[in-house]
Amino acid sequence: MSAAIEKASATEQVRMSYLDALVQAQIEELERDERVILMGENMEIYGGGKIFERFDASRIWNMPISETSFTGVGIGAAITGLRPIVDLTIASFMYLASDPIINQASKLRYMTGGQVQVPIVFRCCMYYGAALAAQHSDRPYPMFMNVPGLKILCPSSPSDVKGLLKSAVRDNDPVMLFEDTKLWPLKSEVPTDPDYLVPIGKADVKLRGSDVTVVAIGGAMRLALDVADTLSKEGISIEVIDPRTLKPLDMTTIIESVAKTGRLILIENAHRIANVSAEIAAIVCEEAFDCLKKPILRLSAPDVHVPFSPALESLVFPTKAQLAAAVRRLL
Amino acid sequence: MPLNKSRQCETYRRMLRIRRFEEEGTKLYIAGKIPGAYHASIGQEATIVGACMALRNDDAMTGTHRSHGHPIGKGADLKALMAELMGKETGICKGRGGSMHLADKSVGIIGESAIVGGGIPLATGCGLSAKVRGTDQVSLCFFGDGAVNQGTFHESLNMASLWKLPVIYVCENNGYAITTSVARSHGQPSIAKRADSYGMTGVQIDGQDVRAVYETTDKAVQRARSGHGPTLIEAKTYRFDEHQVGLFIEKSPYRSAEEIEQHKTRRDPIVLYRQVLLADGISEGELATIEAEVLKTVSEAIRFAEESATPDPASLYDYLYSDPIPDAEQRATGSR
Repeated sequence: MSAAIEKASATEQVRMSYLDALVQAQIEELERDERVILMGENMEIYGGGKIFERFDASRIWNMPISETSFTGVGIGAAITGLRPIVDLTIASFMYLASDPIINQASKLRYMTGGQVQVPIVFRCCMYYGAALAAQHSDRPYPMFMNVPGLKILCPSSPSDVKGLLKSAVRDNDPVMLFEDTKLWPLKSEVPTDPDYLVPIGKADVKLRGSDVTVVAIGGAMRLALDVADTLSKEGISIEVIDPRTLKPLDMTTIIESVAKTGRLILIENAHRIANVSAEIAAIVCEEAFDCLKKPILRLSAPDVHVPFSPALESLVFPTKAQLAAAVRRLL
Repeated sequence: MPLNKSRQCETYRRMLRIRRFEEEGTKLYIAGKIPGAYHASIGQEATIVGACMALRNDDAMTGTHRSHGHPIGKGADLKALMAELMGKETGICKGRGGSMHLADKSVGIIGESAIVGGGIPLATGCGLSAKVRGTDQVSLCFFGDGAVNQGTFHESLNMASLWKLPVIYVCENNGYAITTSVARSHGQPSIAKRADSYGMTGVQIDGQDVRAVYETTDKAVQRARSGHGPTLIEAKTYRFDEHQVGLFIEKSPYRSAEEIEQHKTRRDPIVLYRQVLLADGISEGELATIEAEVLKTVSEAIRFAEESATPDPASLYDYLYSDPIPDAEQRATGSR
């Protein structure tokens, strides 16, 4: 796996938001390695403001509205010695960038027999539940999971996003980071060590439990932890797992948990068909079917677009009540 | 700066290497020794080699699905290229790329894209990288007349002009995107003129004249190295064979037999350059020596490729990631 190592000595911590952890990770990597550059639209004014003030123009590239080609420009730069972080902003724009990501970044190492490598990070954020309608509300990571050659991250805590983004910048393969905007304001302790890394491809057990395993992706994690807390008062013990990396998936951690609990619920906000829950459920059935005491349950968005009207949009994403009901159904 | 005698001979050698490599490759393809598809560069040698001769080995380059000529034009060894065409382990891409993707990094090629227009942003990124790293490297991008109608052409040329990136965009305009002519697909049939709309220099040249291609590219390279930004070169060339070997459709010709014959007899870039070299005082004997050498080199490449082993089945996952993912193979085969 990745050369990144989770440092046990990361003692000093500071409380910061998920969004600030993202910015801090980029500042640290830009300072550490002069090959790292940032590319994205409106970098001077929005989100990256703090970053823009610290580094000169050769490190921070303000892009015209040309998502397909500036993604390809980043790939060309990565092949010839830089380590770009390409910020696609809204996740729906990943479709414009998907041709160079899939046809070039994911394939060139393989298709050239290892002659080139593509050390690049593609960031995007998933807005939903914010009345932005379907063209600004997608959670498209499942589509990219079907592409060999990519690594895909979707962490749920400030420290994980910092440590994983830093690992992604140091990785020699193309890495996609899907940030859930529901997590942006979330605050928790983050190690200040500039070499604090979270390894790519390693899940994290966010809460130990014994009755039911809940695997939650991205923004669904907050809901899963809330439900686990509520149900613990009734004596129900839930184990909550965050895969953190969606590709490659750490199935060992998930299967170990299922072997203990015998019950599995998967919750995420992507559409239901062929999503990450479907893949995890399939592997658990192939490799740990004997451990299951009850059928696997999946909670995700139905096969319908995200509507504009808040009255309709609230029907699309899984709720705490639905998760609590699913847990009770399995017990 | 004109080419000196030894560089003139090298230019002729590379053009001839492409021609003989493609002729022999076509025969091997028809004989079933090369799998997949085969897109020959015969007829386009002057555009390819003229542009490549203006570059250094550390200048990056991207190409197209018609990919065999580009590495040969940049000076690549033929053995690993022929082995790649045959899908062998000794192939330049270890048998993972094949005919449409003959990239050789040792001579600066970072990719040959079978997605039309796919290499244009990549070459632009190589230019951005050179600028960030503060080197005097340039990048050169080959693409066809069809690629000019992709969005990547528009977006990339805009960025290259905006930031004065050291990129040379070379359009191998052979007149047809498979069967669709420029007249039937371009609102502005002069591709060089499109440069104006990006605030970039655009030049149209005779792509069958290797000296014109070299001199134009050389000027563009000098401009790029000295920080004066990109150039679009439209080289008017011609593909002697079909888009792909075996693709000829008898009853629906998109170009006339006369047109093809006219180019083969009067506009063959190798015949044209041979005449130039003789006029410049290079002897028949010297040219005959090069011609014999090229035949020998191509035969040796074929022998090397035929004698090479196919890739080991255990290597299927090699080169996918920089670090192997151990579970993937077991899951795919259900052996876990």
